Amino acid sequence: MAEGKEFDRRPGLRVGLFVTCLVDLFRPSVGFAAVKLLQDAGCTVDVPLQTCCGQPAYNSGDRATTARIAEQVFRAFRPYDYVVAPSGSCAGMIRRHYPELFEGDPNLVAEARTLADKTYELVSFLTDVRGVTKVDATFDGTITYHDSCSGLRELGVRSQPRKLLGTVRGLDVVELKNADVCCGFGGTFAVKYGELSDAIVGRKADDVVASGARTLVAGDLGCLMNMAGKLSRRGANTDVRHVAEILAGMGDLPPIGAPEEPPR
Amino acid sequence: MTVHPTSPQFKDNAHRAMGDPALQKAMGHVRQAFIEKRANAAAALPEFEALRDSARDIKAHTLRHLDLYLERYEERLSAAGGRLHFARDAAEACRAVVDICRSVGAKTVTKGKSMISEEIGLNHAIEAAGLQPIETDLGEYIVQIRGETPSHIIAPAVHLTRDQVEADFRRVHTHLPAGRDLSEAVMLQSEARGVLRDRFLAADVGITGANFLIAETGTSIIVTNEGNGDLTQILPKVHVVIASIEKLVPTLEDMAQLLRVLARSATGQEMSVYTTLSTGPRRPEDPDGPEQYHVVLVDNGRSAMLGTSFEEMLRCIRCGACMNHCPVYHEIGGHAYGWIYPGPMGAVLTPSLIGVDKAGHLPNASTFCGRCESVCPVRIPLPKLMRHWREREFERHLSPAAVRSGLKLWGFFATRPRLYRAATGLAMRALNLVGRSKGRFASLPLAGGWTRYRDMPAPQGETFQSRWARQKRRGGAR
Repeated sequence: MAEGKEFDRRPGLRVGLFVTCLVDLFRPSVGFAAVKLLQDAGCTVDVPLQTCCGQPAYNSGDRATTARIAEQVFRAFRPYDYVVAPSGSCAGMIRRHYPELFEGDPNLVAEARTLADKTYELVSFLTDVRGVTKVDATFDGTITYHDSCSGLRELGVRSQPRKLLGTVRGLDVVELKNADVCCGFGGTFAVKYGELSDAIVGRKADDVVASGARTLVAGDLGCLMNMAGKLSRRGANTDVRHVAEILAGMGDLPPIGAPEEPPR
Repeated sequence: MTVHPTSPQFKDNAHRAMGDPALQKAMGHVRQAFIEKRANAAAALPEFEALRDSARDIKAHTLRHLDLYLERYEERLSAAGGRLHFARDAAEACRAVVDICRSVGAKTVTKGKSMISEEIGLNHAIEAAGLQPIETDLGEYIVQIRGETPSHIIAPAVHLTRDQVEADFRRVHTHLPAGRDLSEAVMLQSEARGVLRDRFLAADVGITGANFLIAETGTSIIVTNEGNGDLTQILPKVHVVIASIEKLVPTLEDMAQLLRVLARSATGQEMSVYTTLSTGPRRPEDPDGPEQYHVVLVDNGRSAMLGTSFEEMLRCIRCGACMNHCPVYHEIGGHAYGWIYPGPMGAVLTPSLIGVDKAGHLPNASTFCGRCESVCPVRIPLPKLMRHWREREFERHLSPAAVRSGLKLWGFFATRPRLYRAATGLAMRALNLVGRSKGRFASLPLAGGWTRYRDMPAPQGETFQSRWARQKRRGGAR
């Protein structure tokens, strides 16, 4: 990790955006928010053709498919100085799990480590690698922040989003009780053990509502879709947004799971 | 002889647990108190993280040289006048204990808390031999009079409310006045103490577990908070220690290091109230102690884990921190896991001991949130080991057919980026057309596992990749 290291302020740094499958499919605006934040930080952003990091296969015990997907990621992202993902989970997969996956394969493990070392979660990349201390954005309202598990525990992402959110004009942060407790998403877990997942996200929804914040923010779309889906099923009046959108000044988009044009 | 697992019915077990109001009330304590206490204890000790490294290293070292330390332990134990009984499996272990009891003509047996005795079904074996085993740890005693098994490895009755325990005491302690006041937890405690006192004095054999066995001295150690362990092992004329092989550590110094992380991780105490070391039977100059000191050392599947990736699991010192911090355990308690060891440590250990064909749900019923690993005092990579079990299941075609075929279809597209972009581009546009007026789906074909419990947010429409490609074709990156 870049803590304690010099910032990499080289101009025109080439960043490959790992957009993540969920952002690609469900919420492209998060991808465009990431592009804007990276460009504002002086990076040249490119998005090579991609699918997924392979977690659904990896966490289902299918190493062979995971390895095929990982090799595809190696090839696609070889040209870049850094790889950045608007997700702690996918960045964690590449940073922490790709090297594990290829342990014992001398050729590929080196490639996996090279990729791992240059891969970051978006917000921590901005603060820890690029030295970004503030953003140019406005958001009127009180938000609360959920720490998604992989970002928090695999990559140490905790203070970075709070630091940058604190520089958004008009935005107040109230701390979420049990912010570091899982929301119950867990990828395929949410479907394979739906009832358990529901019980866990139910508690999360209680804490979110109790925070009094109008908007819930986190850095991983999987968790956000889970929490948004639970909150809306309950009829809660909470907006759910990705941190990149707020930081990029795109907080006026319809929130996750809300109608495109809200009825007035 | 081992307890019959209900792990294959994990989903039904979990469903019942989530609908059990008493259990849900009782679990509130785990969700808050254990976590705060551990966090405070860890924060109060600057070297806590370094101690975790050292604890991990001590256990890893011991496991790498387990044969050596077992030999040394046996030597020192014999020199101190103790007797070692090695048991390959549950049946041998139970037989060894029963034989010891019979050899001294025992009628009643007191027991300190021991998870290995639960694992091998020792109480059943003792009862089958016509003897009466009496649990003396308060939680174990409660669980025993209810005919249950522990639901937590350090807090056996954590799944129960005070009201339930009061009802059990009134049901069982019929020799006491019916009108007595049992409205406070402390009253229940002192009633149990009174009932157990007579049992301690009458017992012919006392059985305890061991938190550690020390190779350099032949010593066994138990840590308790109630003092019941001491009475169990000192008062009867025979003390039987039952322990699994991974309890060994090389030296007293190593044990002292491990004790510094054990109680802090478990209950948030700096030390447990009692730390009791036993080395052999009573010597002539000792004021008290047993005439015979036996150690039943149980393998029961552990040695098969050595040299595999699951060797790391044998570092476990049974503190319970992983389950105390597990969001799944919080919802369902320990019994739903269907065998002796619940929570994340059980999700890794149980398949090793009873087979992944029976315990296959356990390593799957995890979100991989990683909180267990983040608090494990010996840094066992629990999510990684659960994933290893999922890999074994996948290799052996034990995963459900729907999961396998879904994965195969997804894998087909995920390894063909151009096809993937085209197909998902169409699919997301279609989904958007249907879902955009509401912004979400209350039900969706093939996604019932999701939409039964929560809405599915609708996609924004065109995928990121197809928008990006379109913009690039127009010659602008923005």
